[in-house]
Amino acid sequence: MPIQTLKGALRALLLVAVFFAGVWSHASGVIDDFLWYLPDVRYLLGEHLWLTAVSGGLAIGFAVPLGIVLSRPTMAGVAESLMQVLNVGTTIPTLAVLALSMSFLGIGTVPAVFGLFVATLLPIARNTYAGLKGVNPALLEAAAGIGMSPLQRLVKVELPNALYVIFAGIRTALTINVGTVPLAFLIGAGGLGELIFTGIDLYEPVMMLAGAIPTALLAIVVDAVIATVAFLVVPRGVNPSRA
Amino acid sequence: MIQLDNLTKVFDTPKGAVVAADHISMEVPAGEICILLGPSGCGKTTTLKMINRIIRPTSGKVFIDGEDTSGLDTQELRRNLGYVIQQIGLFPNMTIEENITVVPRLLGWDKARYKARAREMMAMIALEPDAFLKRYPSELSGGQQQRIGVARALAADPPVMLMDEPFGAIDPINRAVIQDEFLKMQQELRKTIMFVSHDIDEAIKMGDRIAVFREGRLVQYATPDDLLAAPKNAFVESFLGEDRALKRLNLVKVREIVTDEIGTVSPGDTLQTALAKIDDFGYQNAILMVNERGQPAGIIGRSVARTTKGYCRDHFQAVPAVVGLDDDLRKAASLMFAHDITWLPCVDEEGRVCGQITQRAMTSHLGARFRARQGDDRTPHPALKE
Repeated sequence: MPIQTLKGALRALLLVAVFFAGVWSHASGVIDDFLWYLPDVRYLLGEHLWLTAVSGGLAIGFAVPLGIVLSRPTMAGVAESLMQVLNVGTTIPTLAVLALSMSFLGIGTVPAVFGLFVATLLPIARNTYAGLKGVNPALLEAAAGIGMSPLQRLVKVELPNALYVIFAGIRTALTINVGTVPLAFLIGAGGLGELIFTGIDLYEPVMMLAGAIPTALLAIVVDAVIATVAFLVVPRGVNPSRA
Repeated sequence: MIQLDNLTKVFDTPKGAVVAADHISMEVPAGEICILLGPSGCGKTTTLKMINRIIRPTSGKVFIDGEDTSGLDTQELRRNLGYVIQQIGLFPNMTIEENITVVPRLLGWDKARYKARAREMMAMIALEPDAFLKRYPSELSGGQQQRIGVARALAADPPVMLMDEPFGAIDPINRAVIQDEFLKMQQELRKTIMFVSHDIDEAIKMGDRIAVFREGRLVQYATPDDLLAAPKNAFVESFLGEDRALKRLNLVKVREIVTDEIGTVSPGDTLQTALAKIDDFGYQNAILMVNERGQPAGIIGRSVARTTKGYCRDHFQAVPAVVGLDDDLRKAASLMFAHDITWLPCVDEEGRVCGQITQRAMTSHLGARFRARQGDDRTPHPALKE
């Protein structure tokens, strides 16, 4: 009971604090400053989303099939070593990847999308591979024993059972992707990084925050959206969040 | 019918070639359960899995209903062989209904037909369709899951079933229940079944025939009774256990050795009559008293009958135990030991006395077959005989 009361009190205190923060920010004019950046934020948010969608979409479209191919028994010999190569790939900082891709592809959207694509690739490929490899061998034997073809086994048994892990990879990868897109500004691809880096350079905290806060919110929203999709798409019997 | 013709599997390992199954030839007649029995690594599972090509045979052939399966497409072949594994292997992403209907759906049945089939299968394995069909495997107990596993294998009504230690992972109490249920189903379905087990008691209970394996070879292939009565060599003998004569008790029904000759008295008889009957029939200690419906009502002890006057109805003791005609001798023996008696009254389905079974009859029945199979050199010494 005392804990309940304490929680209630803290909640009330929080509401009061939020209220006064609102009052203060309105009074000090910060909100108006923010609103001044609103058209910029809107435009750059569009660019930001576009970069995320294209690079993330390409990464999913490439990494999931890659994970599937590597998990096939015939690939067992090369799969682990290829995974190691990809692992080493992710240890390269994203900024370095962007710099490298700029030196090959020049500046603008194309090298940015490519750099982001490479950075997003691995978590998805790794999870797809691990998820498929982690499917209980008894299920595969049962599936083979009742007469499923290799493709039927993949589609009806392996993928549904690995889906939760695959989605976890996509979720991590895209959340990181949203947080990395601001770097793309450095090679001339736009996005909310424009406000962040310019704000830093000009020592304009409000401008920087006008870029940083929407970026953070966007990451949270993307994470929530993918979590919801996973909740709905992964079959109930193998979905820990619906157990 | 399943026929194996010189089926052989050689595994290439870093340590050299290992022969997992060495020219296995055997035949399982249609409608029978054949148990592949042996210690682990004896080749029984390899042999089973070569039938549905989970393991590819190195050489040799498998015939099903006389047809050489090497000409069949693997998927096609497997869809006609029910397959049950120890790990159950229900698909956790599918509902119970989807699991049961997975083979019919692969075979392209229409929806109404496979839905009806799912309900039919649930009735067969005694699980309530409405309560279970929409649930997921993780929501079921191990025993229920394996019942579903069996239902899945039977759904497309394959003539042949392959079962790889299907009840091995289930606790002993549930295992016995599922074994009984399965045998009851099999009485109607009459599938031809290959069944891997390492449990001699399960093999005796479930098998019409037992194939004993050792180090990749088929050592002996016989009915459970023949196997227990005449193990071919020391290995089979030790695998069956020191108490194999006792295990045969499971295989013989009371019906087979009951004698319908039994002296009884009725409650209205005097104790004098009872004593006379005890002497007439040559009973040592007591005589059974039956009521007017023919049911066992009590026993009259010899000493009571000799020393007391009066009617049986006033001087009887409770009947210690009775056996039914379809009980096995193991139960009969157990009751005799528990109550320290040498005979038991037998009752029919209505509970009426229909004969008796004696310890002597049991031992001589088991001993007769045993001696007949063993040949002269192993008959007991004359001095040991009564």
